[in-house]
Amino acid sequence: MSDQTHRLAAGGGVDRTRPLAFTFNGRAYGGFGGDTLASALLANGVHLVGRSFKYHRPRGILSAGPEETNALVQLGRGGATDPNHPATTVELWDGLEARSQNCWPGPRFDLGSLAESASPLITAGFYYKTFMWPARLWPLYERIIRHAGGLGRSPTEPDPDTYEHVNAHCDVLVAGGGPAGLAAARAAAGTGARVIVAEQDPAFGGALLNETEETTIAGAPPLEWVERTAGELAAAEEVRLLPRTTVFAYYDHNYLALVERLGDHLSPAEGTGRPRQRLWKVRAKQVVLATGAIERPLVFADNDRPGIMLAGAARAYLNRYGVKPGNRAVVFTGNDDAYRAALDMVAAGATVEAIVDLRPEVSGALPHRALDAGIPVLAGHAIVATHGRHRIQGVSVMALNDDATGVTGAARDLACDVVLMSGGWNPAVHLFSQSRGRLRFDDERAIFVPDTSAQAERSAGAANGTFSLAQCLAEGARAGLAAAQEAGLDGTAEPAPEVDETQESPARTVWVVPTRKTRGARMFVDFQGDVTVKDLRGAVREGYRSVEHVKRYTTAGMGLDQGKTGNVAALAVVAEAVGASIPEIGTTTFRPPYTPVTFGAIAGRDAGDLFDPVRKTPIHRWHADHGAEFEDVGQWQRPWYYPRKGESMHDAVQRECLAARRSVGILDYSTLGKIDIQGRDGAELLNRVYTNAWSKLAIGRARYGLMLGEDGMVMDDGVTSRLGETHYLMTTTTGNAATVLGWLEEWLQTEWPDLKVHLTSVSEQWATVSLCGPNSRRVVAALNPDIALDGEAFPHMSVREGRILGVATRIARVSFTGELGFEVSVPANHGLALWEACMEAGKDYDITPYGTEAMHVLRAEKGFIIVGQETDGSITPGDLGMDWIVSKRKADFIGKRSLARSGVAGGERKHLVGLLTDNANEVLVEGAQLVEDAQSCPPVSRPPVTMVGHVTSSYMSPNMGRSIALAMVKNGRDRIGARLFVAMEGKAIPVSVVRPVFFDPEGGRLDG
Amino acid sequence: MYLIPCPWCGERDQSEFRSGGEAHIARPLEPEHLNDGAWADYLFMRTNPMGLYRERWVHAHGCRRWFNMLRDTVSDRILAVYHMDEAPPEPGDES
Ligand SMILES: [Zn+2]
Repeated sequence: MSDQTHRLAAGGGVDRTRPLAFTFNGRAYGGFGGDTLASALLANGVHLVGRSFKYHRPRGILSAGPEETNALVQLGRGGATDPNHPATTVELWDGLEARSQNCWPGPRFDLGSLAESASPLITAGFYYKTFMWPARLWPLYERIIRHAGGLGRSPTEPDPDTYEHVNAHCDVLVAGGGPAGLAAARAAAGTGARVIVAEQDPAFGGALLNETEETTIAGAPPLEWVERTAGELAAAEEVRLLPRTTVFAYYDHNYLALVERLGDHLSPAEGTGRPRQRLWKVRAKQVVLATGAIERPLVFADNDRPGIMLAGAARAYLNRYGVKPGNRAVVFTGNDDAYRAALDMVAAGATVEAIVDLRPEVSGALPHRALDAGIPVLAGHAIVATHGRHRIQGVSVMALNDDATGVTGAARDLACDVVLMSGGWNPAVHLFSQSRGRLRFDDERAIFVPDTSAQAERSAGAANGTFSLAQCLAEGARAGLAAAQEAGLDGTAEPAPEVDETQESPARTVWVVPTRKTRGARMFVDFQGDVTVKDLRGAVREGYRSVEHVKRYTTAGMGLDQGKTGNVAALAVVAEAVGASIPEIGTTTFRPPYTPVTFGAIAGRDAGDLFDPVRKTPIHRWHADHGAEFEDVGQWQRPWYYPRKGESMHDAVQRECLAARRSVGILDYSTLGKIDIQGRDGAELLNRVYTNAWSKLAIGRARYGLMLGEDGMVMDDGVTSRLGETHYLMTTTTGNAATVLGWLEEWLQTEWPDLKVHLTSVSEQWATVSLCGPNSRRVVAALNPDIALDGEAFPHMSVREGRILGVATRIARVSFTGELGFEVSVPANHGLALWEACMEAGKDYDITPYGTEAMHVLRAEKGFIIVGQETDGSITPGDLGMDWIVSKRKADFIGKRSLARSGVAGGERKHLVGLLTDNANEVLVEGAQLVEDAQSCPPVSRPPVTMVGHVTSSYMSPNMGRSIALAMVKNGRDRIGARLFVAMEGKAIPVSVVRPVFFDPEGGRLDG
Repeated sequence: MYLIPCPWCGERDQSEFRSGGEAHIARPLEPEHLNDGAWADYLFMRTNPMGLYRERWVHAHGCRRWFNMLRDTVSDRILAVYHMDEAPPEPGDES
């Protein structure tokens, strides 16, 4: 384990009594409790952490927060590895294993870096241009791109962790626990409001965590105020403090999503038994956005070498983590704030070679203190070149001309091992923008600030462009109080605490730092996407004007960091190239999530067996006990087939199909949708929603109905029976029960409120056992219902109510197989008993349970359609050859007018037909396309070919002793007897078009 | 996600509701007297305005009642909800 060569002897918030061991790229290092992976690496003198995306340039740690653009690491190993973590937000734990991404074999020697010598080829739009043609090589391109890109490796094993979801309501949600956020929370909490404070960091305090004791609040060091305030909040009854929690999304109506990291900072042993992350869905009456600010890098020649970092990040490493990022620093800035970094470096015992300041003149308290500390200040200067491959070794500095468009004089070289840069601070307006608030560009300070709110929120502190600590505290407190008051609570303002801080003088913004003419120098704007000034200008030269287009073309701001550090500079470069101002070209849209969110957190507990509810019939246990294979039909699990020992699926289905026609088959039909219709106008409702007439249906009789959408297309079908004067029972297809009930309710409530009729779903109240076959009547009779079953008393398409096995029953004489059939329903609790009684009673007839597969075969033998299989939302009753069920006499019903539209009534339609293959053993593939001649089957010389239809259902029919198929074919009824071809890869299967009824076309078997 | 004030149940998350599209499009009483164009207007054409929009919603996972809503499609603010048989509030009427 190497020494922590850059760890300061004292200071910072790390726990030096808690040493932690970790590995990076296989090498062992040490850190302390409270470190991030980044601070621990820097403590060990490691800056080089990865390679850039396109050019594979060596890259170091840029920042100290979630805005990190370079230092992305892969955690763990094997199948449960976890990619794309910024090292700056990974809290160190003992035994952590991390690796660089995007380099092989390692960041120091990376084969991909050869890409840089080919870099003239890899300019903006490179992907679009290089991989456009020929299109058939796309699979190859994709492999190349993925390999070259390689932002991390996906895990290959299921996520071993658990995640959970919480819904919460509050009066005031405060996003951000820095000075403004804490002040806001305190003020809101003072009114008794329910407050949630979310802070992405493990500690509250925000920028104050990186501050020295030079600044004071109420005469004490800033962290004392943080500790006291957080303590008060933690003790307040109505306040919930959520550290390690990022507000990542701001949706409509003050609905926000937060992710709380409960276990990411723990070793697997420590984290056992608790969820890794928790997703909070918060509906807040009011929101205070105190999300702080993110420092901007400067855009200058070769500004991406390892060791070049943000000045504010250096302060975090020095003051919070007790880590010296380097021994010889050059500071490059256009503002006073970076002088604090220079002073902190000197205080830590490092040398500051110079502060290179873009401002022609510097004055004010901070520059004076720097001069007093003996730091050379080069006003009106710029870094024009940087040196060092794997680590910065020095910079060249020249004087700027007056308008900062060029450099003059001789270059001066300064040796250094770290460059601390600051291009100013961007308010973190992401959540504000997600809430649809309108931003304003502040020309003076060259920042976007919140302008007009769209929702019940207010911004405070640095997120609002307020950078002075005193003003942050005051503005935070005002925002917190105002939010609570608007949420309906009372309270009064307290005086803000006294703050002693050094004032800053105005900054200078130079978006692109001029340089001397140097071949091959690159000015990076977006480090992660390797997007340079040249790329952006090139995109504008190629004609892109909209910033949204430039962004997509160059990939600026499209990385995992979403351009948190580089976006505004990219806008400025585009604006300058277009010849417009920044507000004129506008900003790109901020969308959730603010920082990446794991799929695990989004899924929560809705994974694996809990992904979707499973519905089982009351008879399910019997099926499972008897070896049924199940099929998912919507959420229902239905028996698919019942294989006997040694039987294949094919064997079982063929046996079940034969038994149902030769003796008796039994089917669990409990999943059938059942809607109870009661009221004076039941028949009128049926008349309006079905294509056929219902007024004359007698009590005790049943009728098949076809339901259309208002567009005339078949939507559902089923049998409805009349149980009483004002009482009907409608059945729907299994998967459509809820849809049909919703459909009927919609019409009743929105168009026909005058109809006196009530609907109730009774699908789950009744268990239904369907018996079919010549012996089905004998089996029902053996159960001794108090209902006469003979054909005269109980004809086909009728329904009877009575008692069976001592309980209420409804028996319908209907058939979906063409055989004599009875559907026996009993209250659901008695379903299993009914089934078992049927099995017992049917023993003598070798009663055979059959599943959904045999049911499909049996109905296809009869040419009965299944809605959703033969139909696809574009099929009319006429297409199905079912004009017989469409009433000509009814003035109106849903869909009637559409059947007369020109494209439906006239024109060429697809018709339902049967298909028979020449080879009786050949079973067609469902969905296969039909063509008119064998030459049109692939491979064809001149595509495209005309397809005339497709196979909708196809089975081996044991009762026919051959394969059968149903198909939808253009003008199919005119083609009966004609030949078509089923186009399969490499072969054409000849078929004959036949009528779509294969078995018992006369219907003689219905009476057993 | 919207917070929708169901006229029967009070405020509930949008996930409990289903949108039924534009409101106040009455089904023609005698469809057979409409030409194809007029029928297609009823069937397919909707106004899709930028601004105030009257639309139908159903509290599908709640009371299962349909109601009308006046919503600003720019801000997504819900300005009013009212019963199916009520006349739409005039802009400015809404509370
Ligand atoms: Zn409701």
